[in-house]
Formats: sequence, C-alpha cells, structure tokens
Amino acid sequence: MAQPDFDKLKKLATQIRRDIVRMVHGCQSGHPGGSLGCTEYFVALYFHIMKHDPKFNMDGKGEDLFFVSNGHISPVWYSTLARAGYFDVKELATFRFLNSRLQGHPATHEKLPGIRIASGSLGQGLSVAAGAAQAKKLNGDDRFVFCLMGDGEQQEGQVWEAAMYAAHNKVDNLIATIDYNGQQIDGPVKDVLDLKDLKAKWIAFGWEVQEFNGNDLKEVINGLDHAKALAKKGKPVMNLMKTDMGSGVDFMMGSHKWHGVAPNDDELSRALAQLEASEDY
Amino acid sequence: MTKFTATDKKDTRSGFGAGLHELGKQNPNVVALCADLTGSLKMDAFKKDFPERFFQTGIAEANMIGLAAGMTIGGKIPFTGTFANFSTGRVYDQIRQSVAYSGKNVKICASHAGLTLGEDGATHQILEDVGMMKMLPDMTVIVPCDYAQTKAATIALGSHVGPAYLRFGRPVWPVFTEGRPFTIGKADVMIEGKDVTIFANGHMVWQAIEAEAKLAEKGISVELINLHTIKPLDVDAILNSVKKTGCAVTCEEHQINGGLGDSVAQVLSRFQPAPIEMVAVNDSFGESGKPTDLLKKYGLSPDNIVAAVEKVLKRKKG
Ligand SMILES: Cc1ncc(C[n+]2csc(CCOP(=O)(O)OP(=O)(O)O)c2C)c(N)n1
Repeated sequence: MAQPDFDKLKKLATQIRRDIVRMVHGCQSGHPGGSLGCTEYFVALYFHIMKHDPKFNMDGKGEDLFFVSNGHISPVWYSTLARAGYFDVKELATFRFLNSRLQGHPATHEKLPGIRIASGSLGQGLSVAAGAAQAKKLNGDDRFVFCLMGDGEQQEGQVWEAAMYAAHNKVDNLIATIDYNGQQIDGPVKDVLDLKDLKAKWIAFGWEVQEFNGNDLKEVINGLDHAKALAKKGKPVMNLMKTDMGSGVDFMMGSHKWHGVAPNDDELSRALAQLEASEDY
Repeated sequence: MTKFTATDKKDTRSGFGAGLHELGKQNPNVVALCADLTGSLKMDAFKKDFPERFFQTGIAEANMIGLAAGMTIGGKIPFTGTFANFSTGRVYDQIRQSVAYSGKNVKICASHAGLTLGEDGATHQILEDVGMMKMLPDMTVIVPCDYAQTKAATIALGSHVGPAYLRFGRPVWPVFTEGRPFTIGKADVMIEGKDVTIFANGHMVWQAIEAEAKLAEKGISVELINLHTIKPLDVDAILNSVKKTGCAVTCEEHQINGGLGDSVAQVLSRFQPAPIEMVAVNDSFGESGKPTDLLKKYGLSPDNIVAAVEKVLKRKKG
C-alpha cells in the first residue's frame, strides 16, 4: 500500500474536528467528546486502511466493512463519510434536524450512504460485526470487518457474549477497537464501574490484543496495519486505543463533561480558533 | 383560553428526581439504581443525600434489573433509572422473569420516552414501551402528564406494593396539575363536558388542553380525562364518561398499537361500544428533530386532536 501522506491526513483530521464542533453547535445537541477523540482513527480507516467504495452498496462484497457500536459519536462518522465522498459535505448542516438523513444516532432507515446498521443503544455492534465477518467467510470474501466500541460500553454484557463467540468461532477477519478514553457520562470509567485489567480480560477471552495511542496518526495507522497482520491467524483482534475525550480542543479535554454537550457561540469560536482548516461545509 | 394555566415549565424527569428525593427522606427502605445516566434521570439529589442507598451499575441495564429484584428480598424498595428504551425493550426478559413473574416490588422509572426526546432520534425514542409493560401480568403502568404529577406518582409508588413502570420524559413542559390529588389507578376528570370524551396521558394531556380550548370556541363540549394509569385501568371512569358523551378520542405519545388507545378501545368494545378515534404514532419509528416539530409531523399536535374529535363526532351522529 502507498505511504500515507501525513500532512494531508492531519489537515483532514483538523477539518473533521471543525465539522464536529460546528455540527454539534448547529443543532445544540450531540456528542463532541468521543467524536473528537476518535478523529485520527476515522481518518486512518477511511483514508488509508480500508478498501471501500463511496458508491455505497449495503453488502459491501470485496470491501472492508466498518461498524460503529458507540453510535453517539455520529458526528465524526458523518463528517468522515462526507469528506470521503459518500455524500455532499453540505448535508452535514442538517445533522439532527427534522427530515435529515443525518440522524442523532446512525441509522439505515433514511438510507444514508455508509451506514449498514442502526446503533445508539450501546453494546450491540460487536455482535453485528462478528456476524458480518462470518458472512464474509461464507462468501469467500477475504476483506476485513472493523468495529469500534466505547470503553464505558464494555460494561454491557452483550459485548462479552460477542467476545466469547468470536474467539470460539475463530472469527479472525474481525478487527475491533475500543476508544479507551477512560470517560463515560457519569464520570471516569474507573469510578463508575471499573473495567480493571481490560487487556487481560480480552486476552482471557481468546483475542489477539494490542495497544496504541489513538490521537497520534502515525501510531493509529501503524497499529491498524499491524492489526491486519495479526488477523487471519485464528483469533479476532482487539485494539485498545488510548485517546483523550475532546482531543484537539483544549477546554473539552480531560473530563467527561463534554461527552454529550454542545458548545455555545463563544465556545464554538474558541474551539475553531484551535482548529485551522479551510474547507468548511 | 385554556381552562388550565401553566403555572411553570419544567421537565417531568425533574418531577421524578424530586419525588425520589422526597421518598429517600420518608422511607429508609427506598433505594435507587442507575445505569450511567444519573444527571439525565435527575437522581443527583438522592445520590448526594443518600449515597449508601444509591447504586451506580454502569452501562449494564440487564444487571440493574436483576440487582433491583434481588434487593427486594430483604425488604428494599428499588427504583431503577435509565432511558425508557433501555428500561423496557433492552431488559424485557429480565423484567418479565425476575420482576413481574416473581412478583417483586421493583419500580422501573423511565425517562426520555417518546418522540419528545428530540434530537437523539429513533434509536432512543421508544414508542412501544407502554404496550410491552402493560402486557405483563400484575405490572402497574403509569404515564404522568407534568412535573407535579410525575412527582406525585413517584411518591405514590413508594407505598404501592408490586412491580410498576413509571414513564416520563425529557422536554421542559407546562406544569398545570400542582395541588391536584393523584391516586394510582384513578382517572382524573380534568374538564367536564358532554359531546366527546378525550382520554390522554403524558405530554399529550397538555396538547389535549389546548385542543379543548379550540373545540370550545367551535361550540364543542369536551370532557377531558387524564388517564395517567394505564394499568390497572379505571374502567368505571371510562364507561361513565362515554355513557354521557357517546364517543371517545384517545391521545398518547406512543404507537397506536399497544398503548392507551388500545386499552380504552378494548373496554368500550367489550362493555359499551361507541365510536373511537386514536391520536397516536401510526406504526412508524420517529426521527431526530425538535420535540414540537416532531409532535406535529407525527400527528400529535392539538390540531390533530381537534381533527380526530370532529371525525368521531361525525361518526357518532352516523
Ligand atoms: C444501552 C444503552 N444504555 C445507555 C445509553 C446512554 N449512553 C449513551 S453514551 C453513554 C456513555 C458511553 O460511554 P463510552 O462508551 O465510554 O463512550 P464515550 O463517553 O467515551 O464517548 C451512555 C450511558 C445508551 N446509549 N445505550
């Protein structure tokens, strides 16, 4: 694969961060924190790692598939999809407004290109991803299935049902990632319901586990490339991706406060002043 | 002019929070559980003043219901709090087996129900919860209409024995029942009239109050009944009113299948057939948007109620 153009990808990440804060500001609702924290990951997937076609097709045969289980971070996904050519970036302005295809949480109901399953109710995505990965195997399709979850989301029992299943069934074309930002709605994950040794848990469930920094684009790309190398050897792969909630906007970082709060006008301009880019929708 | 005036505007979930806090003071057996939505459910005051009786379960609703069922064994009165979708559909079998079938005194308290949750969209806007819950044997189902009634219902549940589902919402909404008596299972006749009975609950009671004012201007006399308790249903109140008016319109922020309209229609068709129209979501999912825009788009505005009344009156005349 061609060497990534880091300058270009970094600019794109900044543009996507601008989109995120502007979208959430526009409708005065939505989830900026997790979205900003996962921006590098989305850029890496859609602009370097995945083989995918913006002329969207539900079955995605011969393509890599991506499922977002923590659907509340829809702003980063919508912006990435638009910037990757799935739909016009102007449509980002309709986020969360009546009659929009850009629903508060990702949905197939309005037929937005790029979305293959509804998410928003946490804990369901890994099961779907594992199923889609098995369908690929049945189809003799050698591409990968990616899945993103939150760390708070790990508290849902269904995650661990899927974990057990995927390992037992050697779903080794499945590459999952956890946005390990240590935050959820009511506070730090360790105070709400501690995940303890998350790495040991996934290893114990039979997964190949690696860690990388999700806010360093090089590390994300290397990490995901390495995940592909680890895949297809009998085990599903888990990336524990350390991120900062709110990454890129200083006053949104370091706490759970910005999980699901929209910036006011003043906060928006302070945020945009930290994010220089020129291709606003 | 409406016959009720809004004395204030507050969210019903805050009524739950205030009622729960009050119960915490009144009864040391009252405990509260929450699945990572303490602020959204307005449970902070209870948590702050009774930390040893507040249980944070993390994002694990199925476990929360099981824990609550367990806590009743030993005499605790658990109030669980999460969004309505995750309070019902997410945990239906846990509620069915560990709470309803086992006869446990768990109070399932559910916020952000219906379309008026707004921008989060259809994944969260559950419109099937009342149907699911009312189908469970012995489950009490209450849908209060404003802050004051949600607070009163929460407090009433503290001394009620048996499984119960309390449904409330997110938006700031008129408060108009301050000081009115509230009894579980007893319908509240809010306006007396003779031409048609409107049965409403939840946020739709205010919509019906506004519709009544428009209908009064047209010379139509409406009896408005707040049917906050869907189960057990106040059958006598339904029959007595419709005996007088001869027709009914039901209003709810729920699917047309399985909700309040269903319950009223069943009573009427079995005991006293009369024309009925239903203002409800017509077998579709919701979407993102502002609460009032959504109510309009999905046919739950005061004008929709007016139209339903006019339609049912035509049918009554035959
Ligand atoms: C089943 C379910 N329960 C509760 C919620 C409400 N909720 C939305 S996001 C969230 C916190 C998620 O935490 P995490 O996975 O760490 O995501 P982050 O806050 O890091 O974005 C909760 C509790 C939900 N969407 N689904």
